Amino acid sequence: MPQLPPALETRGVNKWFGANHANRDVSLAVPKGTIHGVIGENGAGKSTIMSIVYGYLPADGGTILVDGRPVAVRSPRDALAAGIGMVHQHFMLVDPFTVLENVLLGAEGGVTLAAGMARARTELIRLARDYGLEVDLDRPVGELPVGAQQRVEILKALYRGADILILDEPTGVLTPQETDHLFRILRALREQGKTVVIITHKLREIMELTDNVTVMRRGQVVANVATAHTSREELAELMVGRKVLLRVEKAPARPGAPVLEVAGLRVRDGAGVERVKGVGLTVRAGEIVGIAGVSGNGQSELLEALAGMRPLAGGSVRLRGEELANQPDRFTARGLRALGVGHVPEDRQRVGLVTSFEAQECAILGHQGDPAFNGRLLMDRRALFDRCAAEMDAYDVRPRDPRLPAANFSGGNQQKIVLAREMERNPDLLLVGQPTRGVDIGAIEFIHRRLVALRDQGKAILLVSVELDEIRALSDRILVMFDGRLVGEVAPAEADERRLGLMMAGVAEAA
Amino acid sequence: MMGEQRMDDALLVVLLLADATIRVATPLVLAAFAALYSERAGVVDIGLEGKMLAGAFFAAAVASSTGSPWLGLGAAVAASVALALVHGFACITHKGNQVVSGMAINILVAGLAPTLAYAWFRQGGQTPLLPGEARLPQIHLPGVEALSGVPVLGPVYRELIDDASVLIWLTVLLVVATHWVFTRSRFGLRLRAVGENPSAVDTAGLSVTRLRYQAVIITGVLTGIAGAYLSTAHGAGFVRDMTAGKGYLALAALIFGKWRPWPTLFACLLFAFTDAVQVRLQGVPLPVVGVIPVQFIQMLPYVLTVLLLAGFVGRAVAPKASGVPYVKER
Amino acid sequence: MAQDAAQGVTGRSFGRPGEVPGWVGYALLPLLNLLAALALSGLVILVIGENPLDVLALLVTEAVGYPEAIGYTLYYTTSYIFTGLAVAIAFHCGLFNIGGEGQAYLGGLGAGLVGLALTGWPWPVAALGAVALSALFGAVWAAIPGWLQAKRGSHIVITTIMFNFIAAAVMTYLLVDVLIRPGSQSPETREFDPGVWLPTMDRVLGWAGIAVPASPLNLSFLWALACCALFYLFLWRTRWGYEIRTVGRNERAAVYAGISPARNIILAMAISGALAGFVGVNEIMGVQHRILLNFTGGVGFVGIAVALMGRNHPVGIVLAALLFGVLAQGGGQVSFEYPTVNRELVMVIQGLVILFAGALENLFKPRVEALFRRRGGGHDGGTAHG
Repeated sequence: MPQLPPALETRGVNKWFGANHANRDVSLAVPKGTIHGVIGENGAGKSTIMSIVYGYLPADGGTILVDGRPVAVRSPRDALAAGIGMVHQHFMLVDPFTVLENVLLGAEGGVTLAAGMARARTELIRLARDYGLEVDLDRPVGELPVGAQQRVEILKALYRGADILILDEPTGVLTPQETDHLFRILRALREQGKTVVIITHKLREIMELTDNVTVMRRGQVVANVATAHTSREELAELMVGRKVLLRVEKAPARPGAPVLEVAGLRVRDGAGVERVKGVGLTVRAGEIVGIAGVSGNGQSELLEALAGMRPLAGGSVRLRGEELANQPDRFTARGLRALGVGHVPEDRQRVGLVTSFEAQECAILGHQGDPAFNGRLLMDRRALFDRCAAEMDAYDVRPRDPRLPAANFSGGNQQKIVLAREMERNPDLLLVGQPTRGVDIGAIEFIHRRLVALRDQGKAILLVSVELDEIRALSDRILVMFDGRLVGEVAPAEADERRLGLMMAGVAEAA
Repeated sequence: MMGEQRMDDALLVVLLLADATIRVATPLVLAAFAALYSERAGVVDIGLEGKMLAGAFFAAAVASSTGSPWLGLGAAVAASVALALVHGFACITHKGNQVVSGMAINILVAGLAPTLAYAWFRQGGQTPLLPGEARLPQIHLPGVEALSGVPVLGPVYRELIDDASVLIWLTVLLVVATHWVFTRSRFGLRLRAVGENPSAVDTAGLSVTRLRYQAVIITGVLTGIAGAYLSTAHGAGFVRDMTAGKGYLALAALIFGKWRPWPTLFACLLFAFTDAVQVRLQGVPLPVVGVIPVQFIQMLPYVLTVLLLAGFVGRAVAPKASGVPYVKER
Repeated sequence: MAQDAAQGVTGRSFGRPGEVPGWVGYALLPLLNLLAALALSGLVILVIGENPLDVLALLVTEAVGYPEAIGYTLYYTTSYIFTGLAVAIAFHCGLFNIGGEGQAYLGGLGAGLVGLALTGWPWPVAALGAVALSALFGAVWAAIPGWLQAKRGSHIVITTIMFNFIAAAVMTYLLVDVLIRPGSQSPETREFDPGVWLPTMDRVLGWAGIAVPASPLNLSFLWALACCALFYLFLWRTRWGYEIRTVGRNERAAVYAGISPARNIILAMAISGALAGFVGVNEIMGVQHRILLNFTGGVGFVGIAVALMGRNHPVGIVLAALLFGVLAQGGGQVSFEYPTVNRELVMVIQGLVILFAGALENLFKPRVEALFRRRGGGHDGGTAHG
């Protein structure tokens, strides 16, 4: 059998963002009819190379070949014409549009819409049948669950005749069951001769799904291997460049008195929709309670409500035994801070920091009224600087420059600035959301160790994370949230993925 | 006999009010629909006022120099489109602040129009009074005499529909066409998409920049027509500040109409009706309060705008990407 | 890689700002923008048939060429500092206050009422009273749109514009029907007692034995400079300023930090209105000595140009206000000399400055910064990636 050229190949692709060399001579080849993984840490350049292949970003040099022929991909239009489709990590959908309108956008087939719509409807029904891509064509996509939104993205690519499908971190927002469903679709695509490229940082998915894998580190390809000939440990080491511990070392918890007791808590979002529908939980001193769940099931609202950022629609919240829910003047972000509640928000860039502020200004966000930084009228800039410098030393923040705008720090270092601010005030209760989202592995280890150390000092920690591995590694007790309710509690030792997954999907409840 | 007379009078008052409403509403509708295209595509346009003013000046200036209102209309559209392109250049190409750009255009034109008028016509920042043939024509309909005897229909036809400016008819056409564009056409689909999620448009292989420029150019054309209406159809020449905040009222109408064609049309008619009533109320004693000072009546549309924005709009949801320059994620 | 996406928005990935010398941002680029605006203004002058260089030369001479002219220029500068600061503080809270015109108008009413009421009192009392009441009137007039924005989500750009129109109508009513000097035909109040007039600078300097020619420049100029210093201290050195800036930069972070966006929006607007109201002290107590129609003459709009040109920083605002003072004074004189030029030409320049310094601020930036980066040897100043 003659050697077929690869379906997709890049040769020596380079990309600069300012002074940052995001892609350095990236060469990789994806054989036709295979599922190919691209794996690497945050900032390794894996999304960048695929955005270049899709024509979304221009390259600063290099060649892209499809079926062995060089193609000039200057825009997504060129990529689509070459048979390349892409499902972005943040879905590229127009929320108020129906599924049909979303698929049609850019492929309308005429000045008016009617004829194209009819054609698309027939074709989509066929695609749905062939690949298990069921979705209601006439619903606005904004109303669909994320799994279905993702299927719309795949439909968009297939409707445009894509033979090569690139998916960027497709499972980040899915339940394990939805992930399985997605993987079944991808395997079906492979069977029909399509080529799939999946970008991920999850080793498990690579091992389960792919035929070959490309490992990237700091903008470079460090390995191209057949999945069957490698292991999780080897891939992790290739990604990071050194041996990594995939577990957190910690002693069993020794829980003390309850610090936070919540009962019947209800929270509405900005549009008045109830997102937390009667939640009750307890966090004791010296334990980490993890809340697992697919994002969008009310965890964010729960955390923000407990931090005083959202008004309560009902329920009771007791801190060290004192009822606070009926004291609206103290149950505020400011009041709770004064009562010893720390809060590491889920989104450090949009909530936890003001990225245009200097690091030293960010280091007092929430504590701007603290007498330590204030004279009678003016703020004490010296105290501000010293405090920030000390925290930067303790948390190894680089560069160690309190006057540098927060935007100029990497994700991991930004997160350390936030963690230092919240943990160094010695809170009795720490609310933590997605502590390691977008953080490199080295910083993840550091942050996990810090959280465990805080627990061992006898502090209560409530952790919300969509990373199941993180929840299982850190938590002393795991609560599962689905559709605004806690649907069960599991001990970490018993928390296998399947069981958690079913609970996260609302299918099974713990006894 | 007496009763019938009173009814005719009442009908006449209503018709005159309706007629005034339509006349005042026309430039508002043109400007609000102009902004509809731009804002649904994600480009906020606070510069309607300036573009209208430029349209009004150039329409009058060219009509006065050449005697042709049609050349004036063309000049108005050209000037307004040029300003729209400046707005696009600042906001789309260079990702500048859209509100600041619009405000710059307003102030620029507020200075430029009288400056040019002063230099060219030496009449203290005005253009000369336009003779009838240099103004845009009204459309005379057949059968006015024949219908004049018919109760209600006759007067309605005579007072309201006959002899309406050609631009009023154009505006009616525009409203219907806009509805069609937004619901049935490929261009409308893309326009709505680019205002909601430009990344989706970009990754679908379409040019965000091109679509937004197209929208902004349409805005320029329509505001130019609105300006020409003010100086060569409704009025007979350019006077300084002749837009008098209509650009801002149009924008308020768009917000009040939640960026949708029909509610926006309704909001424009409401503002225009207030204005028509305002004119009628001046100097008329009212029960209880007596004669209201003219200044208070004059500020009625502005107060109404504030009240509407404060009261009814509340949760108006603007196109999600409106006001935000498109920057690729990476 | 959600992180990367967010970083693209904050611009982090485009190298450290430290690579480009600071003066490029706050001196060279504004200068380039100004030159571009002036070049286009020159084109307009050409179009109306005059020689731009002649006009410019006359403009500069008439603005700074002799002591009296300088006094007039600084008198205009005074008002522009007030409205520039007013627009700037709103900007720092993320708000675009286009209502400076109406707020200044109302501020003039407040100052004028003090002038009318305090006949026979010493001028320092009247000055303090005028400062207080003009601030109060301006603050209230701005705080209402602020409140509507904060509590009702009403678009502040439109409400402040509407409040300009409403202020104009209210003032016309008051001057025509209520405050008018009895028996007068022109809609203005009586002149205040000369004892309460705010002393002009030539008088003040005369007390110190320094003789300068008479001009409208008065003590409010010093108050404007004091406001600049207070503005700086308040915004960057107090926790209240910190909170306003936090709301302006990142409202969700403000909520996270226990800072009320609504309170700070109203507060920032009130301060903004108070600053704009001080125009009334300069104009009414310092120069006109009575309340009259349309004394503001567009100062609120000039404030937008001043704030943008001055990068919302008091030092920049003083410099930009000086520039616009020169334009206002020189432009007025030019219109006397040239029959084809009228005062509105100055508005053309203002509009172009707002366009280039505000909306087109990115026009030269990438190219100029790239120039400096390359000169710096292209060293790897990039940030450590996550």
